[in-house]
Amino acid sequence: MTTTLQRKLIKGTAVPIRGNEIDTDRIIPARFLKETTFDSMGEYLFIDARFSPDKTPKDHPLNESRFEGASIMIVGNNFGCGSSREHAPQAILRAGFNALIGESFGEIFAGNCKSVGVPAVQATKTDIESLTMTVEKTPNAEVQLNLETMQVVVTHADRGVLLTVSITMPEERRQTFLEGTWDELTLLVSNMDLIKTTAAKLPYITGYE
Amino acid sequence: MSKGTLYDKVWDSHKVTTLPSGLDQLFVGLHLVHEVTTPQAFAGLKEKGLKVAFTNRTFATMDHIIPTDTKERPFSDPQAETMATALETNVKAFGVPFFGPDSGKQGIVHVIGPELGLTQPGMTIACGDSHTSTHGAFGALAFGIGTTEVRNVLASQTLALSRLKVRRILVNGRLSPGVTAKDVILKIIAVLGVKGGIGFAYEFAGDVFDAMTMEGRLTVCNMSIEGGARIGYVNPDQTTYDYLKGKEYSPEDEAWETAVAHWNTVRSNLDAIYDDEIEIDGATIEPMVTWGINPGQGVGISETLPDPATLPAGDARTAQEAYDFMKLSPGQAIQGIPINVGFIGSCTNSRISDLREAADILKGRKVKEGIQLLVVPGSQQVKKQAESEGLDTIFTEAGAEWREAGCSMCLAMNTDKLGDNQVCASSSNRNFIGRQGNPTGRTLLMSPAMVAAAAINGVIADSRTMS
Ligand code: SF4
Repeated sequence: MTTTLQRKLIKGTAVPIRGNEIDTDRIIPARFLKETTFDSMGEYLFIDARFSPDKTPKDHPLNESRFEGASIMIVGNNFGCGSSREHAPQAILRAGFNALIGESFGEIFAGNCKSVGVPAVQATKTDIESLTMTVEKTPNAEVQLNLETMQVVVTHADRGVLLTVSITMPEERRQTFLEGTWDELTLLVSNMDLIKTTAAKLPYITGYE
Repeated sequence: MSKGTLYDKVWDSHKVTTLPSGLDQLFVGLHLVHEVTTPQAFAGLKEKGLKVAFTNRTFATMDHIIPTDTKERPFSDPQAETMATALETNVKAFGVPFFGPDSGKQGIVHVIGPELGLTQPGMTIACGDSHTSTHGAFGALAFGIGTTEVRNVLASQTLALSRLKVRRILVNGRLSPGVTAKDVILKIIAVLGVKGGIGFAYEFAGDVFDAMTMEGRLTVCNMSIEGGARIGYVNPDQTTYDYLKGKEYSPEDEAWETAVAHWNTVRSNLDAIYDDEIEIDGATIEPMVTWGINPGQGVGISETLPDPATLPAGDARTAQEAYDFMKLSPGQAIQGIPINVGFIGSCTNSRISDLREAADILKGRKVKEGIQLLVVPGSQQVKKQAESEGLDTIFTEAGAEWREAGCSMCLAMNTDKLGDNQVCASSSNRNFIGRQGNPTGRTLLMSPAMVAAAAINGVIADSRTMS
């Protein structure tokens, strides 16, 4: 059975965001966390990196027309470090991105990407560099991210396959994408009896009696 | 794989089951809630018609958006007022205990958990905030989560997680006088890097942590996440128990004895196996200051700023980006860098010992003209204690502003923000671009004593020459 929640093959054009240690404050500044829904987060993605306070566009890949419509982001190392704000992957998702390929990710951010159904997969530093260069040179190339074969293939309509690289991701997390179970709420709640049994064995739950 | 560590023991006792994906379903013993990361989580519950499963293991407060100049309602910022009201409505509707602005116990979530005795050894603790690692100071597994996970914990008191590796960080020897817990953790992050801890829980051990106060341990564990480690902890000992004794939510009488006996069993075994171990000589640490745009870009107060050419390629690029943004240069001494603002506060350094440390330096001195110094207690209880000791008078006589409890200029979600191009000496935990509320604002992280010294001198200075 295939469900709409399964994430096996993700296709689209990509945009490379160069730089390491890009924290979640930079992905979405704190002032936008005052909204009580995630609805508008897509509009604020990288806002201070993309625009001056007077709204003049800065030099940023997301402002370049050649990357318009990209749905896969290629990033460096420790992407999404810092604050646990889920607003960061929400902004990425709502701005039209379905997957991230990076050298490494902040731990909480990677978990949040799973929560919103956006696979964040890793590739080596060299492969990230090759992907970045390929996509910068051929922005309209199609990037296929395959979570079954754990490969990324970049193809061009006329020139065929431009690049193939291997990707990794924690196995359990990969399973949730393949199964379509990355939103665990129902599953977790369904184990309530077991949860209660576990709790009842914890000394602080029973008042250290 | 690690074996016999506190991490392993607490994980195993809280594991509900293994899910089909292979992730472990883990019971969360204490869930702390604040206004910013929860409205969407409560909305998610409502949407599914679910309740909060364990209202007695869930506690809420308000800290991020709360103004620190006045607590008068409605707040001057309508968005802040809406967010505050949303939390108040949700905790009422779902029956969650709430330490609100009128409770006398409101404060930064990571300050009030310990001071109320909610945070205890051997627990699992989650909160929609990355600095939840703070609570690891008590020998708990405490970690930050996202909003969907907050919803999951509210509904089931559990999370789906994979196990981390455990790295023991030994800091042996003795700290020299005037070197604080903040310096120790900034040094650790400078050594291991901001991504060094990805995939790891950090166990802080050795002479320096054995001798450290609970408040110092809280400062260290708080910034584990800045080193990439989602969890940091110290094994519980007599210092932990002395701190907890008599706190509002601490066990009493016979239960206290049982609790201590239990807490002793969760300590890492002497023959525990770690996935990795590193050692740092405590005697070599001096007061630390960050000069860049991530907390790993720090140097000792006697040092000069590094030459990017001497760094590994990736770090060199980040260093260059940092120099461009901070308007600093390689080879420059950290001492003497001019500042405009000082901020003493945040879940890293807003406890009573932090305020005493700053007051020691500020007593009888004046903040340099033109410099703004903000002192923001971490909780209403810290504020009360500081005032009973007369610290507020020391601060205001020195020319500092004494504020109400909250996160304030740590992330500037209220009206406390840096102005254009201002440089801030800050006792908080993040120096990310734009972190303190202005895209051109710049942050140098350091201990409260060092912020006080910088505010008096108008430039980065060695606090040890001033005590
Ligand atoms: S003080 Fe700063 S780091 Fe701590 S919880 Fe508040 S905003 Fe987060």
